[in-house]
Amino acid sequence: MKPSPFSYHRPRTVEEAVELLGALGEEGKVLAGGQSLVPLMSMRLAAPAHLVDVNHIPELDTVAVTAAGVRVGATARHARVEKDAAAYDAAPLLRQGLVNVAHPTIRNRGTTVGSLVHADPSAEMPAVLALLGGSVELRSTAGSREVAAADFFVGPMESALRPGELAVAATFHRPPPRSGSAFVELARRHGDYALCGVAALVTTDHDGAVTTARVALISVGPVPVVVDVGAAVHGTGTAFDTERLAGLLDAAIDPEADIHATAEYRRHLAHVLAARALTEAHEHAGPTRDERAS
Amino acid sequence: MTTKLFGARIRRSEDPRLVTGNGRYLDDLGHDAYEVAFVRSPHAHARILDIDVSEGVEVDGLVAIYTYQDLDGRMGEPLPLLIPHPTLTHGRTQHALARDEVNYVGEAVVMVVAVDRYVAEDVVGRVRVDYEPLPAVVGIDAARAAADLVHPDVPGNAAAVMVQESGDAEAAIDAAPHVLELDLSIERSASMPMEGKGVLARWDSDDESLLVHTSTQTSTSVRQAVAAKLGLPVDRVEVVTPDVGGGFGVKIVHPWPEEVLVPWAAVRLGHPVKWTEDRREHFVSSAHERAQQHHVRVGYDDEGRLHGLSVRFWHDNGAYTPYGLIVPIITSTQLLGPYKPGAYRVEFTSLYTNTVIVTPYRGAGRPQGCFVMERTMDAIADALGLDRAEVRLRNFIRPDEMPYDHGLIFQDGRPLVYDSGDFPASLDKLTKLVGWDDFEAYRAQARSEGRRVGIGLACYVEGTGVGPYEGGHVRVETDGTVVVSTGLTTQGQGHQTMLAQIVADELGVPFDRIRVTTGDTRRFKYAVGTFASRTAVMSGSAVALTARKVREKALRIAAQALEASVDDLDIVDGHVEVKGSPGATIDLGAVAVLSNPLRYAFDEAAARATQFATPADPDTPPVAPGEAPGLEGTDFYSPPRSTFANGMHAVVVETDPDTADIKILRYCVVHDCGTIINPMIVEGQVHGGVAQGVGGALYERMEYGPDGQLLNASFMDFLMPYASEVPEIEIDHLETPSPLNPLGVKGAGEAGVIPGSAAIASAIEDAEGIPIRSMPISPSELFDLRSRRSV
Amino acid sequence: MTTEALVRVAFTVNGAPYDLEVPARRLLSDALRHDLRLTGTHVGCEHGVCGACTVLVDGAPIRSCLVFAVSLEGAAITTVEGCRNAEGGMGPVQQAFQECHALQCGFCTPGFITTVTAYLEDHPAPTAAEAREAISGNLCRCTGYQNIVAAVQRAAEIKWGEGA
Ligand SMILES: Cc1cc2nc3c(=O)[nH]c(=O)nc-3n(C[C@H](O)[C@H](O)[C@H](O)COP(=O)(O)OP(=O)(O)OC[C@H]3O[C@@H](n4cnc5c(N)ncnc54)[C@H](O)[C@@H]3O)c2cc1C
Ligand code: FES
Ligand code: FES
Repeated sequence: MKPSPFSYHRPRTVEEAVELLGALGEEGKVLAGGQSLVPLMSMRLAAPAHLVDVNHIPELDTVAVTAAGVRVGATARHARVEKDAAAYDAAPLLRQGLVNVAHPTIRNRGTTVGSLVHADPSAEMPAVLALLGGSVELRSTAGSREVAAADFFVGPMESALRPGELAVAATFHRPPPRSGSAFVELARRHGDYALCGVAALVTTDHDGAVTTARVALISVGPVPVVVDVGAAVHGTGTAFDTERLAGLLDAAIDPEADIHATAEYRRHLAHVLAARALTEAHEHAGPTRDERAS
Repeated sequence: MTTKLFGARIRRSEDPRLVTGNGRYLDDLGHDAYEVAFVRSPHAHARILDIDVSEGVEVDGLVAIYTYQDLDGRMGEPLPLLIPHPTLTHGRTQHALARDEVNYVGEAVVMVVAVDRYVAEDVVGRVRVDYEPLPAVVGIDAARAAADLVHPDVPGNAAAVMVQESGDAEAAIDAAPHVLELDLSIERSASMPMEGKGVLARWDSDDESLLVHTSTQTSTSVRQAVAAKLGLPVDRVEVVTPDVGGGFGVKIVHPWPEEVLVPWAAVRLGHPVKWTEDRREHFVSSAHERAQQHHVRVGYDDEGRLHGLSVRFWHDNGAYTPYGLIVPIITSTQLLGPYKPGAYRVEFTSLYTNTVIVTPYRGAGRPQGCFVMERTMDAIADALGLDRAEVRLRNFIRPDEMPYDHGLIFQDGRPLVYDSGDFPASLDKLTKLVGWDDFEAYRAQARSEGRRVGIGLACYVEGTGVGPYEGGHVRVETDGTVVVSTGLTTQGQGHQTMLAQIVADELGVPFDRIRVTTGDTRRFKYAVGTFASRTAVMSGSAVALTARKVREKALRIAAQALEASVDDLDIVDGHVEVKGSPGATIDLGAVAVLSNPLRYAFDEAAARATQFATPADPDTPPVAPGEAPGLEGTDFYSPPRSTFANGMHAVVVETDPDTADIKILRYCVVHDCGTIINPMIVEGQVHGGVAQGVGGALYERMEYGPDGQLLNASFMDFLMPYASEVPEIEIDHLETPSPLNPLGVKGAGEAGVIPGSAAIASAIEDAEGIPIRSMPISPSELFDLRSRRSV
Repeated sequence: MTTEALVRVAFTVNGAPYDLEVPARRLLSDALRHDLRLTGTHVGCEHGVCGACTVLVDGAPIRSCLVFAVSLEGAAITTVEGCRNAEGGMGPVQQAFQECHALQCGFCTPGFITTVTAYLEDHPAPTAAEAREAISGNLCRCTGYQNIVAAVQRAAEIKWGEGA
């Protein structure tokens, strides 16, 4: 299990990286944390002729919190995003999702943006982006383009990234006030990719009644599946009707069987975990800091 | 006084090296060697039409490419059938490189030697092999149906059919008040040590000698096999086992194709050659185990006592049978556990499939046997509405019935006779430890919290320490250091510490003056290997006997030097003393000097042993008749038959009513491996075994597709448990000494794994009220069972 | 196919500076083991799951089988050999592993030692549950983990000294 030979490039600036990628076209691939790419190369399931190592570009190693949300640079490691207090304050779902991504050692090297580009339908962070909304910034010699979360995930292991492009950052939107979120998943072993996982985002009114409720599910479709489950909110606004919830989910998801779980079981898990995630998210939703203070 | 080390929690002498990164495992050696990679079959069953290496030859750094055509002499013959058994009517083994047909995905077809492994893999990617695919036989059902054959000359895919019977079981069952029939199955798993296999060979053309390092469980036997295959005199071949990163059975098989190919290439190329197996290769070309389907018929009375037991089972032996029928024979004999079955009949069929070969993995057929028997006990208890522990108690062999003869033949060809054990006492300890009698209260409380819990138990008996023999060599150096060697090998069981403890006590020397070597044929040439929990029993006993011999010799020599009678001497802390006269002592190093009369004084110590140093009796020879120079000895231990350890496990599980997730809340073990040499090491063995038992019950299985592709050949998908999946293990010991060996010990290495699937299935069944008949079980499968019950 | 181009990379390992020329595809695990002959770092899977190859990069544990050596330009790497005490004997974590019988074959051990060494830097007194969580990204086939959990706690005591 050793990778095929390749030519190595170590740009120091985004400009340099983009020039290289532009020149290499289909031949070139970005090396970020390598936590997905290197094992594929070692198994010789991937054999890029050129790797452009972006780990030595200081301007990409950023986590910035703005009014709009959290902007994560291309080489910010999962661990850094997870531990960033301001990012957690702005969008707790980032950390809630990240603690489910592999093991801490993998998170020390793997990047959040890399995980988005890699677009594994079982990965947590694509679901987080899909649910919070936001975008990915792609740079090439032709310039910059911003792809909205809803358009970024194209299929299993396929994002909107084109050859020659570098994803420089992703922005995760800050949820509205009085929102709560949760990430609930079931994996065979702690740290494994989930058999099914659900991110939930619930927003309430001043009295704590649910006004909007949405979930994003992983491992039950080719891309993270976002479902508006507002119609499953109970009349009281404080609980969810599980049967209606199941109906809404079933209309959206398309689970497949693999060696770890049947499609039926995944469907069942989607129902159970969505209910749990929504309940937990609702518990986290509450008055904003300003409202509490007044 | 030297304190007794036998029985003490002595810290391992291996560890300072291993924890600091100073271990030397196979791939830590031979940095100058060429490296090997293999072209392996992508088909489960195919004819090889053509091999085209032309593209590979162009790669810079390539040294050699070999196919079957290149194998000369005995290298071209099939690998040996290691354990022939008269019942194995259709034994088949593979060629080191496939000749004209491949029979599993992963079978080696072409060997590539290059300057390093990267380049070797580049070449592998450029070799073109043309195959004509043949229908693949995958799984026991397909093998039994025999619509297609693995080997065209093996009808019904049956390598062997074996029957053993004691009494007329069918008649006894028919006459019994109650009869139950059960179908029970276990899936494939594997030893999966953290270090794969590996071989390094160095040929010295001046000396015409071959030095092979291999990550094996048996170096002496690899030596014989390599010499035979390469046509070399045995005394020109030495095999050394370096540090080994776990074995668990898979490394007892030998010679693996690579174990003969690498030395063969080293001789041809006149250059060191090394192969380090990678994880993917390990999955598809190193042995698996466990897959069996069983049908049970049992007759019993109102008390739950067995009158007759009849078991038929089908064993998936994979594509070849180099290790004979050991696994199914063990199942067929050891499934009886601590019970009297009444009349017993067992029949198994060992079946070929187009999958990786099956050879012992820790437990070796016992987990399946235990699962069969214990599920049967639970089914009887359930049918009669009796307590599960009570039914077991009623069927136990009682201590006063020991030794107990089952009237069957065990895996070593010897009668199945239990030597000792107190099963009722073990069960009593276990039910107390887990709180068996209070469980209903706990269940009720859990239920009130919306939680679902269950308890289960399982008992086993394990034949350990099988023969034929092991030996030991002990020598006292002139500086008082004691060097000990035994031929069998170590894969992390702490043998060096354990054997040093024994020698320290027997010889009266400090622990830290003892150096132990295992698995190095340069040091000890006669051995069998490490398997079947046999080291403490076999090498432990052999080394104890040897140390006693050396002690006697030391006393004889010292008696002369001290002008005392042997009976008045004792060895304490490395010094021979005259009891009661404190001044009269001589250290063992000095005794060693005296034991070897010399002409030349090459150092100060030696000077004391030269001809003119001491007055001697002019009429007796310097080396007395019957003696040999040197303070050393060799001895062997060969037991009449195996010694039987036993144990019982109880498990508490919680199953999530919604997700069907399964969690182990408590895991309790009562374990009787006779006299304990080092409790710390024994507990470690139990912990490790239990973790593998948990893995086998809830996580691990080799998932073959219908076309014979192994679908989960990686640690991502073959789910060995992490710490987060293994429960805290609570242990209680019982020590019923074995009457069969000088130390009273029984094997401890495999025990922990045996009852895992049985006990966990029992607990899940108890929690869910759904019969659990096949293991392992995943949440998805439990969900499936629930869904089928509710329709 | 022609000889592979070599790439220069400079980093420190256990405090010692190295300036290497290696093929770009050389995995850090292989560079450490075969180029630098620091064979304490072990390789159990080469796909990131087992953790035997774990080393510290700038103090944080990473899988050395999942990075290319050339990518670590300027990094400070610590291997199990660097977890020894100043005299070259057993460091606190290594000592605790011996005391608690936290290893059998020792093949997984280097990955645990490095992981635990980093963990203890900001967790001076882990509970048993926390200790178990901390080692849950590393596979061991021998020990069943129980004694490794104990060793994490014991190492914390040795390192931070009860009351010291
Ligand atoms: C044992 C193990 C377990 C794991 N478990 C999980 C898990 O449970 N959940 C989970 O979500 N992930 C898991 N991962 C994957 C991990 O999260 C990866 O870090 C992540 O998927 C990819 O990030 P990376 O930085 O390592 O990307 P790389 O491996 O470097 O790259 C992945 C792909 O994205 C491309 N790419 C990366 N960054 C950019 C960029 N900035 N611009 C353009 N292209 C780019 C690369 O060219 C490559 O094709 C696991 C990994 C391992 C090894
Ligand atoms: S060898 Fe790197 S994680 Fe297994
Ligand atoms: S001690 Fe052997 S794998 Fe952990």
